[in-house]
Amino acid sequence: MKYTLNVNGQSRTVDVAPDTPLLWVLRDHLELPGTKFGCGVGQCGACTVHLNGVPSRSCMTPVSTVGRMKVTTIEGLAAAASKLHPVQQAWSELDVAQCGYCQAGQIMTAAALLKDNPRPNDEDIDGAMAGNLCRCGTYLRIRAGIKRAAELASGAKEATQ
Amino acid sequence: MNTPTLSRPVDRREFLKLTGLAGGGLALAFYIRSGPAAQAAATSEFAPNAFIRIAPSGAVTIVSKQPEMGQGVKTSLPMIIAEQLEVPWQGITIEQGDFDQQKFGNQSAGGSTSTPNNYDNFHLLGATVRTMLVEAAAQTWGVPASECRAENAAVIHRSGKSLKYGQLVAKASTLPVPDKAAVTLKAPKDYKLLGKRIPQVDTKAIVTGAPLFGIDVKLPGMLYAVYEKCPAFGGKVVSANLDQIKTLPGVKDAFILEGSGKVKELVPGVAIVADSTWAAFSARRQLKVTWDEGKVAGESWDTFVAEARQKAAQPGGRSLRKDGNPDAALAGAAKVVQAEYLYPFISHANLEPQNTTARWKDGVMEVWSPTQVPGAGASMVSRVLKIPENKIVLHITRAGGGFGRRISADFLVEAAAIAQKVNAPVKLTWSREDDLKHDHYRPGGIHFLKGGVDAKGKVVAWKNHFFTFGEGGSPGSGGNLSGDEFPGRWIPNFQSEQTMFETGWPMGPWRAPGSCVFAWVFHSFIDELAHAGGRDPLELRLELLGDKDMMPNSGGGTKGGAAGGYNVARMRNVLKFAAEKFGWGKKKYAKGQGAGLAFHFSHRGYIAQVAEVTVSKDGQLKVDRFVSACDIGAQVVNLSGAENQVEGSVVDGLGTLLTQELNIERGRVTQSNFTDYPLIRITEAPIKIETYFLKTDNPTTGLGEPALPPVAPAICNAIFAATGKRVRQMPLSRTDLRWA
Repeated sequence: MKYTLNVNGQSRTVDVAPDTPLLWVLRDHLELPGTKFGCGVGQCGACTVHLNGVPSRSCMTPVSTVGRMKVTTIEGLAAAASKLHPVQQAWSELDVAQCGYCQAGQIMTAAALLKDNPRPNDEDIDGAMAGNLCRCGTYLRIRAGIKRAAELASGAKEATQ
Repeated sequence: MNTPTLSRPVDRREFLKLTGLAGGGLALAFYIRSGPAAQAAATSEFAPNAFIRIAPSGAVTIVSKQPEMGQGVKTSLPMIIAEQLEVPWQGITIEQGDFDQQKFGNQSAGGSTSTPNNYDNFHLLGATVRTMLVEAAAQTWGVPASECRAENAAVIHRSGKSLKYGQLVAKASTLPVPDKAAVTLKAPKDYKLLGKRIPQVDTKAIVTGAPLFGIDVKLPGMLYAVYEKCPAFGGKVVSANLDQIKTLPGVKDAFILEGSGKVKELVPGVAIVADSTWAAFSARRQLKVTWDEGKVAGESWDTFVAEARQKAAQPGGRSLRKDGNPDAALAGAAKVVQAEYLYPFISHANLEPQNTTARWKDGVMEVWSPTQVPGAGASMVSRVLKIPENKIVLHITRAGGGFGRRISADFLVEAAAIAQKVNAPVKLTWSREDDLKHDHYRPGGIHFLKGGVDAKGKVVAWKNHFFTFGEGGSPGSGGNLSGDEFPGRWIPNFQSEQTMFETGWPMGPWRAPGSCVFAWVFHSFIDELAHAGGRDPLELRLELLGDKDMMPNSGGGTKGGAAGGYNVARMRNVLKFAAEKFGWGKKKYAKGQGAGLAFHFSHRGYIAQVAEVTVSKDGQLKVDRFVSACDIGAQVVNLSGAENQVEGSVVDGLGTLLTQELNIERGRVTQSNFTDYPLIRITEAPIKIETYFLKTDNPTTGLGEPALPPVAPAICNAIFAATGKRVRQMPLSRTDLRWA
């Protein structure tokens, strides 16, 4: 079946089986391997993308259900290719990652959290991030990274005002 | 103009002698250097060894030979070279080296050895090249090298004139490599980079989702494979519905592999090769296989545990150590404590499932793999698939977690075996279920302990009968207890015995093998003895360690890389340091809160840790504060990476304690995914982790493992302080922590 998807602001057409998870469409067919396969059952969050801005598990999302929803992946998170999103910037500053495999999913979930809640406290952070596993155990840096990203984002807003 | 100090290239043997290192092949980097002038003409780059290239533009490239799996060596080891080379960190390109031991020497990443095995060599590598650049400038100017110094990728003469490294490339390429006598290492007080917090070199690729990991490899015309193995370990394929599978959408081929006959090599199974990962995964759901499960199907964890309990009191275990007269000492002790400690088999659960891409073309096997030990992969491919090692090309990719799992090469040889039958490059991807059901597990174990204290609370007797698991007569990795394991050697009446259950279960190294469980058992039991004798847990441990500075290993040897034995002075100091940083004994806790501590020496690191916990009345644990004190020698290479390793060890140690447990029934793992094998989540992570380094005048050593072993006992000892409940079984979910 042919599906035309809106991925990172671009129209992309793929010819795949209807039950193909969006994850594998992105990774195998659209050359967007930043979204990761971890468990295939929505437990680890490594495959998190935004569907119309909502963090979603792409491993559990059949391509046939995506329709006209806007798909944003880690590759398309920043406003421009040459820039980093405040969460990506904070992650870089604080050297959050160890192996880095889960971090695309962490960053996508964190970016969605900050959009809804620009100043999250620890409880907000733990609540929002509970679905994203990090096997290396970088959770304390993830908490710090989200707080730093909140600062960067508010600083950027102030700067443009 | 030649100076006497730059008279000749150093040969390999001499280099080894000069550097006093047994690291071996790394020195070949100097040795294989081709004729200097010829090389300069060919590339116009200055490439004095396999690790460093400087272009006429001044661009510096450092090749990182070690596999990177999150332990940070792709950043920290090149930092050492950059420090000595006197080049600014920003702007250096770090390249992952392919597997080539002729060029790079040993490339195994495991056992926290990457840092200690390469530290001195990498200093010398960087300093040697800096010396050549200084010499090139001195010759250009016709001045003595002693009047010149290197700084910020340039050589500066005392008169103030300077030449950038790029401008010196052509000249430097004509110079012979100086011997060690002519090379001066920077003094630690002059370090600009080492000891700083430097973000990982792959950070940008990680945060932007650029392809980086083994699973991200994509080759033109590549096909996608899955590999179904028998649920019972090592079972053989009798038959499979291959004809039906071959008709399914996207499927290009399906076939049976016989296997190499060993449970940790190429295991028998059915390969499905398709034009996409999902097509392969989908076809697999239609696969029907008849298996010959073999005798392993008669082996279950519960049966072994019951048998251990039956045999615990009987003699017959292999004696690991016997000092004094433990039975008499127990009979005469003021108090005796008896306890059973049990921990299950667990999985590594790397978040990136095992995978490898392979291409078989013109008699050459080319492999891209997230491996920790590429040498093991290459030799297994050679042995099992009968391909000469010089016809195997292995590219090391970043690995999404290691923890010891990727020391094994089973997934790598599977991919190569599949590729050998397919006329295209193939990427093999394991499912999460494959990963949990076909790991090389950390063996479980059961300890039956008895200890005695005298009227003053001093530990006078210790007996342990340890039941472990193995295959072919040897315990699995981490399943072999040493008679020297602390507190062996420290207690006058001491007995340690081991009984092994023979199984067909695959076992392999799991972060700090052995140490990761023995520290929990023994430091929990030491805590039991402290409380039995009415002693403060810190004070009793200091008494136990005693006044000696060194405890020799039995029969010599260098267990844990500790030449001369266990450095008791280092442990005492780091334990006191941890207690001081934590403020041990300073705080009064209400019921439900408490502090506990533990220490452990492994992988050349001396670590002491203190946990502060709250246990709610309904039994919920929260780690409020966790303090680590680490003595890993004279120099922390990358402070950010080092702290991250310790923080990760704390979370990993806690996570393992909280929930991790596999059940093995009839030779197969009953869990299948993170639904029934949960990993620690952010909600369960400690509130605060503090990491301190005690710098000592000892060689710089690694940190991937040694900070993990004391985590679980420190937390369990804190739980006891908070609730009076002793945790004697992992995971913690097996113990009811509710209190009134």
